[in-house]
Amino acid sequence: MAQVVRSPKVYDVCIIGSGAAGGTAAKVLTEGGLSVVMLEAGPPLNPEKDFKEHVWPYQLPHRGVGVGGEFRHELGDEFMAPNGAWEIEGEPYTSAPGSQFHWFRSRIVGGRTNHWGRIALRFAPVDFRARSTDGMGDDWPITYEEVSPFYDKVESYIGVFGTKENIPSAPDGIFQPPPLPRCTETIIKKSCDKLNIHCVPSRMAILTKPLNGRAACHYCAQCGRGCITASNFSSSQVMIPPAQATGRFTLITGAMAREIVVGKDGKAESVAYIDKATRSEKRVHARAFMVAASACESARLLLNSRTTLFPDGLANSSGVVGRYLTDSVGSSAGGYFPQLEKMPAHNHDGTGGMHLYMPWWRYDRKNDFLRGYHIEFGGGRGMPGVGEFDWICKDHEGYGASLKQYCRTRYGTYIGFAGRGEMIPNEKSYCDIDPDIVDQFGIPVLRFHWQWSENEINMAKDMQETFRSIVETAGGTFISRAKPDGRHPYGIEDGGVIIHELGTARMGSNPKTSVLNKYCQAHDVNNVFVTDGAAFVTNPDKNPTLTIMALAWRASEYLIEQAKKGSL
Amino acid sequence: MAPNSISRRDILKTLTMGAMAGSVLRVIPAQAAEYAHHMVATEKAATTAGVYAPKFFSPLQYKTLQALCQTIIPADGESGGAKEAGAPEFIDLLTSENPKYQLRLGGGLMWLDAECSDRYGKPYLDCLPEQQKEILDLIAYIKHAKTDPAVSQGVEFFAFLREMTADGFFTSEIGIKYLGYVGNTYLLSFPGCPPVPEA
Repeated sequence: MAQVVRSPKVYDVCIIGSGAAGGTAAKVLTEGGLSVVMLEAGPPLNPEKDFKEHVWPYQLPHRGVGVGGEFRHELGDEFMAPNGAWEIEGEPYTSAPGSQFHWFRSRIVGGRTNHWGRIALRFAPVDFRARSTDGMGDDWPITYEEVSPFYDKVESYIGVFGTKENIPSAPDGIFQPPPLPRCTETIIKKSCDKLNIHCVPSRMAILTKPLNGRAACHYCAQCGRGCITASNFSSSQVMIPPAQATGRFTLITGAMAREIVVGKDGKAESVAYIDKATRSEKRVHARAFMVAASACESARLLLNSRTTLFPDGLANSSGVVGRYLTDSVGSSAGGYFPQLEKMPAHNHDGTGGMHLYMPWWRYDRKNDFLRGYHIEFGGGRGMPGVGEFDWICKDHEGYGASLKQYCRTRYGTYIGFAGRGEMIPNEKSYCDIDPDIVDQFGIPVLRFHWQWSENEINMAKDMQETFRSIVETAGGTFISRAKPDGRHPYGIEDGGVIIHELGTARMGSNPKTSVLNKYCQAHDVNNVFVTDGAAFVTNPDKNPTLTIMALAWRASEYLIEQAKKGSL
Repeated sequence: MAPNSISRRDILKTLTMGAMAGSVLRVIPAQAAEYAHHMVATEKAATTAGVYAPKFFSPLQYKTLQALCQTIIPADGESGGAKEAGAPEFIDLLTSENPKYQLRLGGGLMWLDAECSDRYGKPYLDCLPEQQKEILDLIAYIKHAKTDPAVSQGVEFFAFLREMTADGFFTSEIGIKYLGYVGNTYLLSFPGCPPVPEA
């Protein structure tokens, strides 16, 4: 290792990570008058160069599926903005024997908000009171009423479309008007109405009206490619620029945090990080620290910050850092809808993602499982892509004119459904430090332990049954690969696949069973905050990003107050 | 942070058999896409009159590939076929980079020629149209893999070639036009859905 370079400057706050939590904190803290340095493990994002908006498949020789067709049937493709990966060369993670966990990481300014589906759902009051409601898991140390003003602030600033619906499981927010439904969505809504399933405009962080100098959406459905007009939300395009405008913001890219260094007084005083360009270790000093590296990466940093004062890792006297790891329950299926064959050619693109969705609708009765799920769906006449005609080819077989015509007839007649449900934390699902393996920078890596419980599997079963009834009520043919047994009972995804990891440094009022207080401040070290999904006590059936931003905003305002009082 | 809500991936996943199992999902940096784009553009410009020089298949095999692609998705009164859509170029490029495709498609083409030689004494391209039709009618249907084990490898090969040909055709300019996809543009507001016929 090269020499340790000491930075003489002491910032007010050092933020580790530039995603939903880090970006929000950077904006609020700098606008509140504090000087901020941010460490981001990846490179800067350059929309002009990195975004592939409006490119046709035939403009790329691999038609979007990359060298050797490696993205055929995969999450990514050549069109996507650079936004993250399941595997990063030189930065492994491991799964304990018998566990299957997948970890999607983004190393780029904006983090996973570049990849985010922009689904912006508030948690419901009941989501903060899990144990009081059904005896499982724990209550949060805060209530919906305490978080609600921060949801207001986030929604007003980033722009979220939606409608007021008065559904108890899905509180209304401050919404821009939603786009009209697509054909696929009108068909499914009709079916849901018959089945008494709520099917309402989705809530997405995409502008339908201009806001703060950002243009309204132009309805190309390509959010995942990155949006040149910043009409959808990403931390890199919406949170970082106002922080930079204050003149109090320093961004260090290519900086992989290794350890939070604690002084003799027991307070954190600096972060030791690897400057990837030179592979040398550097330090940055600050009066307070906001760990916002994503739930698992933040847990890893705390666990790797071991000293005689904190032998089990920083802020971990409770031993619960890494514990209570959850992800959403995911299961999917689809259907073929003959009525879509007869649709005249029309523009079906819309915003990136769904215009309607199904919030949890059975909150008023007893079910075969605790908690609930929502349903996302999509399909129809999108831009044709490689791999899309496989099922039609399999169905028709043969060759020639009839195959060609059949592909056109069946194009856009498929609608896919994905359930997203609540996992209750369990003892067998957590992450710790792998005792044997370090990454290319010498930083010990995470090891994942994972097991679904019966409750989640029952939920996945229910999802499949619901998908079937929605498809069949709409006159479609149900298509699903889910089986009741095997490694993925009822199609339940492996842990981590839904990319909603939460809970690894949870907040609570008891320092013996939680890591953070209700302001995301570490019980053990009062100048360390963890503001990302690690702080969550439950993982309800709502995509967590909006709540991550609300909690980061709240923690940042609290930090500013504390700084003014001189109590950091 | 769910992958773009329900994404193309979710849809493909429920449609494809086992494609996800054990696969390593990766996203490439955009520069790689740009690089690939320029690479083939340069490749084309370098050859005379912009004719694509196959990178994996031998000239004769490439001719067979072109013929098969065009048979799978032929030209008709409305549009050109897979050949005009650049499907053979697309397939050759990907195959040149992927050892598994080399086995399935490169090996598959050799299987086809060997089978035609056994049956008709000539490689596929030299066979009479009715002979070509006879062998294709055998390998174009999965039921024949069960009834006639001698052609099961051919059935597997042809199924994959059919999918790759459809990929190449329906992601081309003429293929997208043939499908009637409307979009990839800038709209001031989203118009919603024209009336949907009953199921």
